Amino acid sequence: MKYFKLIILLFISILSFASCKQGASNKLNDLAVYKCVMGCEGKRTYNTPGSCLVCKMDLKAIENPSKVIADNAISDESIFNLTTIWNTEEGETIKLEDLKGKTLVLVMIYTTCKAACPRLVADMRNIEKQIPKNQLKDLQFVLVSIDPETDTPKRLKSFAKENHMDGLHWTFLQGTESSVREFANVLAVKYKQISPIDFSHSNIISVFNPGGELVHQQEGLGVDNKETIKTIIELTNKN
Amino acid sequence: MTLLAFFIVNLAYGQSNMVLIKGGTYIPLYGRDSLKVTISDFEMDVYPVTNSQFLDFVKKYPKWKRSKVKKLFADGNYLMGWKSDTELSEKQSLNAPITNVSWFAAKDYCECQGKRLPTVDEWEYVAMANKELPDARALKSYNAYILEWYETPKTFNNDIGSTFKNYWNVYDLHGLVWEWTFDFNSVLVSGESRKDVDNDSNLFCGSAAVGATDLMNYAAFMRYATRGSVKAKYAMKNLGFRCVKNINK
Repeated sequence: MKYFKLIILLFISILSFASCKQGASNKLNDLAVYKCVMGCEGKRTYNTPGSCLVCKMDLKAIENPSKVIADNAISDESIFNLTTIWNTEEGETIKLEDLKGKTLVLVMIYTTCKAACPRLVADMRNIEKQIPKNQLKDLQFVLVSIDPETDTPKRLKSFAKENHMDGLHWTFLQGTESSVREFANVLAVKYKQISPIDFSHSNIISVFNPGGELVHQQEGLGVDNKETIKTIIELTNKN
Repeated sequence: MTLLAFFIVNLAYGQSNMVLIKGGTYIPLYGRDSLKVTISDFEMDVYPVTNSQFLDFVKKYPKWKRSKVKKLFADGNYLMGWKSDTELSEKQSLNAPITNVSWFAAKDYCECQGKRLPTVDEWEYVAMANKELPDARALKSYNAYILEWYETPKTFNNDIGSTFKNYWNVYDLHGLVWEWTFDFNSVLVSGESRKDVDNDSNLFCGSAAVGATDLMNYAAFMRYATRGSVKAKYAMKNLGFRCVKNINK
């Protein structure tokens, strides 16, 4: 009996070794590619079934995915190389790559924050206000929570409503402790939990081009955001 | 039969080679607002990850080969000393700790073994032990050893296990290489409006509270300052890592 248990134990340890995330992500890529049937997002495709971020219709699997994948090539420095899965405030699960094709304006916050985050959120809204309305469709404002335990999709949704950030060009993301730390390290954002409800963190707004490459970072609170806005407008005009 | 069972256990555990670290409460030299930090029980690798182990990892997960790695995840120094994608140079020992790896590579390595990187608090908790005591930080000999190591060049070429076995039966936390931690850059946060007033007094109040010596301040300050100054994609020749694991209850 003891012997039997050990064999089981050995098997489990072999299994857990094999279940590394690289294997999982490869499998995903081998599956079909999904696309919005209305074509509202142009050539944009998804690796997983779901609904279109614009018209919310169900995505449809498309044939010959190989060509599409080639079109989707991303550079070495793109944040879309991160293959982790995130929850949105709408209750959807996405990969960062699903945000491809739009200029991204991104900040890391947490909703229970009383000190710096309201200013950061105000800075984001301030930036949004100064972008010509017709360019907003080429933009995505992304708020990533550094407190994934508290900031559930539901909480993020109500935060979005309270702060008038519930439009289509706003996205809130909930990750895991590990994926958030990895993401912060890509952005060079530092944070540390200093009590169960409080974090200390650096205040950085990052701008990415539609390929997911970091183009500009604005550091600090309530700083002059002229450079940031200039960068965003230049990027969206290029599209 | 019993002998065979014993052998299998040894094989299964020998592979991972971890020891139990009994949790507790301690005051880190620098860190949180509240001075005390509580650590839960966990398991830690006895040795840093070696060149040989990382070689196997790279062969199994080719995306971490030097020629394949994404620039987002590692800078130009990644595995710099290797002869090729899958060969060490003649100067490198299979049993020396792997260095020139980025945080992303270290994190993925641990996750692929079903483990994770230790937090700064966990690492410091284990590393404050000397051979006999779980917390030797106030001892002159403990601090002198660390500082002497900081002055010794190229210890990263030495084999694992060549330093001392500490209270927890863990080797090489001091004396061989610096090690990545999960939240390595979280301590010296700057630019935070509430906390940005006087970093120095924040830094040193923790050590004053435990009645630390100047030596102790200096040794720990070097570690925390180095952690705060590196970026996750940096690959440095004296920076390696080891993994830890939660205890499944």
